[in-house]
Amino acid sequence: MVKATIKKEKSAAKPRAAAKRKAPAKAKTKIMRKLNTEVVVELDHLNKWYGQFHVLKDINLKVRKGERIVICGPSGSGKSTMIRCINRLEEHQEGDLFVDGILLTNDTKKIDEVRREVGMVFQHFNLFPHLTVLENCTLAPIWVRKTPKAEAERAAMEYLERVKIPEQALKYPGQLSGGQQQRVAIARSLCMNPKIMLFDEPTSALDPEMISEVLDVMIDLANTGMTMVVVTHEMGFARKVADRVVFMDAGEIVEINEPEEFFNNPKNDRTKLFLSQILTH
Amino acid sequence: MFKTVPGKFNFLPARSAPTANSGIIGWAKTNLFSSPLNVLLTLIGMYLIYKTIPPFISWAIIDASWGYGDRTLCEQANEAAGRSTACWTYVRVRAEQILFGPFYGQNTDEIWRPILVFIVFAAIIAWLLTERTPFKGYVAAFSLIFFPFFAFAFLHGEWLGLKIAPTGQWGGFMLTLVIAVTGIVAALPIGILMALGRQSDLPVFKALSVIFIEFWRGAPLVTVLFMASVIFPLFFPAEVDFDKVARALIAITLFQSAYTAEAIRGALDALPKGQGEAADALGLGYWHKTLFIILPQALKISIPAIVNTFIELFKDTSLVYIIGLLDLLQMSRATANSLEWRGVSDITAFVFAALIFFMFTSAMAAYSRNLERKLDTEHKN
Repeated sequence: MVKATIKKEKSAAKPRAAAKRKAPAKAKTKIMRKLNTEVVVELDHLNKWYGQFHVLKDINLKVRKGERIVICGPSGSGKSTMIRCINRLEEHQEGDLFVDGILLTNDTKKIDEVRREVGMVFQHFNLFPHLTVLENCTLAPIWVRKTPKAEAERAAMEYLERVKIPEQALKYPGQLSGGQQQRVAIARSLCMNPKIMLFDEPTSALDPEMISEVLDVMIDLANTGMTMVVVTHEMGFARKVADRVVFMDAGEIVEINEPEEFFNNPKNDRTKLFLSQILTH
Repeated sequence: MFKTVPGKFNFLPARSAPTANSGIIGWAKTNLFSSPLNVLLTLIGMYLIYKTIPPFISWAIIDASWGYGDRTLCEQANEAAGRSTACWTYVRVRAEQILFGPFYGQNTDEIWRPILVFIVFAAIIAWLLTERTPFKGYVAAFSLIFFPFFAFAFLHGEWLGLKIAPTGQWGGFMLTLVIAVTGIVAALPIGILMALGRQSDLPVFKALSVIFIEFWRGAPLVTVLFMASVIFPLFFPAEVDFDKVARALIAITLFQSAYTAEAIRGALDALPKGQGEAADALGLGYWHKTLFIILPQALKISIPAIVNTFIELFKDTSLVYIIGLLDLLQMSRATANSLEWRGVSDITAFVFAALIFFMFTSAMAAYSRNLERKLDTEHKN
């Protein structure tokens, strides 16, 4: 489906952007892409409970610098909970979690330090409805990074241009379409110059015709070398962009593999079942 | 009928709405006479209006006594009408006392002082509420800090070497306004803090807030005022003489802040969780998150509830009679019961007080509706 929409756009009047995205041939070489060996996120025997319910069971995962990881799995499998642990929107109870070399504990100073370096894009955008698009983008740089206002605005406009909506800068989020709002949310995160970007089902709340504009922005972002951890059901995106695909079910990581292997030759029965369920129609 | 052009979309043309349901007749048809029951209710309503409104108008306006003089004017008006009529003569003669209380009612050449304070107050409010006036923030901050001193200096007079008006001699509408405005302005920040405290992760702060709110919400205002006036002084040596008005102000402020806190807490609960999470994810600390993201939205949601508590407070100020203060209502009663006016002015006194209360409360309600509408179109979610 993703492929189809992208193809359609190619014929639209955006030849340069389309050329950049002529990716299928690149897909194979991408796997060969030399990855930095520096680990930026490490989940080590991570466990989490909601009351008596064991949501995350002994999660082990290392994300290297510049790596793009797609996490998929049935709903309720703990994917969102896991990436929300990475910037401490959720607290884990057992195991260690290192982000950018910082061990996440209850220390609020450390948590804030991590959150400054980790950008997050939510399913429901969570833009601030009482602030303009530009103010949404400059608020955190001004107050957290102490960037002067003029400079923060200049940087924000740059990022809004990158997500292709600079002309909406002075509007309020409520005046934008879902796809535009999600692109603003991406720009807002990027304004903090994060080292890692987390995406929590960024296209699940969008109308079908708006999904591709958000995925395009994410693909562009991937091409800049950003470290990305993406929870998504967009398997086309996973195939094109991911260095590794992580499959989760019932709170545990069932399979981690490179996308070609993952889709064409899944090892685990649960993975096979999941793929057959989502890819058959 | 529709010619199809190959390769082009064909849209149905738009038609205008049917005329039968527009215009005054259409409105009356749909709203007043749409069913037998509605016809009946409409007729009953019309009959009630016919029976009440014309008599009231002739009581209040046509047959009323409007001249400036003494009670004989009102008595003549009553005789001419053959029944009791409004005695505006009394309001005109006693206006200073009803509006400004005992002290200024007697020292009428000092009355410019409360009038000056009121004009400055009205100017500040007008400045803050009018759209597109510059320096709103500075004006608000400046008046929050200096206006209370300014008002006290002129109303009391001691600081400026004017004739001293002891606070016990304040009264009338002036006192009503002083109590209501102080209560409203002082209760808002305390209420915000208490509402935040109630949601706080810090157990001590949370417990204190809950106890504070439940305590003040649990006691009736009359009890609170009574405690402030009678029981509170028992805890202090006899020489310590707290000002009666100050005690009422403190009691009402604390009482009011509990209600404001609950109004705001409702809005905090209603705010989508994602707002706080997004602020967290951007690395904003607690106070930045609260000041820039949570409170602006929560206060907007709670405007109707907050204004509602303000209006209640405005009317409840008349309960200060319990501690012997003469607000607008008591001042009206007291003057209407004076020997000079007894028997001709009592209803008029209450109608006049009600009219003033109504003017101010409906202005507050209208402003809140206006504000809601404005914020709604600007920041639609």
